[in-house]
Amino acid sequence: MPSADEVKTRIEAAIPGAQAEVNTADEVHFSALVRASAFDGLSRVQQHRLVYDAFDGELGGSIHALALKTEVL
Amino acid sequence: MSDNEIRDAIATAIADNEVILFMKGSPASPACGFSARTVAMLEALETPFAAVDVLPDPRIRQELSALSKWPTIPQLFHGGELIGGCDIITEMYESGELAQVLGVEAPGDAPAEAPAGAEVEPQVAPLGIENRLA
Repeated sequence: MPSADEVKTRIEAAIPGAQAEVNTADEVHFSALVRASAFDGLSRVQQHRLVYDAFDGELGGSIHALALKTEVL
Repeated sequence: MSDNEIRDAIATAIADNEVILFMKGSPASPACGFSARTVAMLEALETPFAAVDVLPDPRIRQELSALSKWPTIPQLFHGGELIGGCDIITEMYESGELAQVLGVEAPGDAPAEAPAGAEVEPQVAPLGIENRLA
């Protein structure tokens, strides 16, 4: 099971310059606030896709849920 | 139905319905809290919407996600475009953007904060070998 720190590292590695705050109570359900300049000009759906891409198929698996909020940095 | 036929049926449903929600369970009986919340927001805005339950066949979810490039359920489409999942819909509901995008007037009694949605009953496992062995 991934820790909040691992999820944060994954997101920040996948999106250059991103800053992620990740919380989890049970290491299965996560919530994240991700700020990145790379989100500029993208729709919310496109912003969230960038974050989801960091998890290649793990969402719904070892990461049961990721509540996500994105902001342009 | 082949996987391709399922994908075609999904694409047709998205094209034919102005507002369509892919969810776990039905609007009357959602099987997941995120689906329940999304239904509650659409109902608070009194928006008519079509709904598809992804649970009866795992291939529905698989083909939908392949088509939409979106990994999670629920997924709300408007005018053929993916608007988002539960998080995005919640943000848009609370900012008033959802009503705007859907072209509806939020009713006077619609809550400003996203409604929590119906209580989700724990799923009763279908009768199967596990139950018989229990």
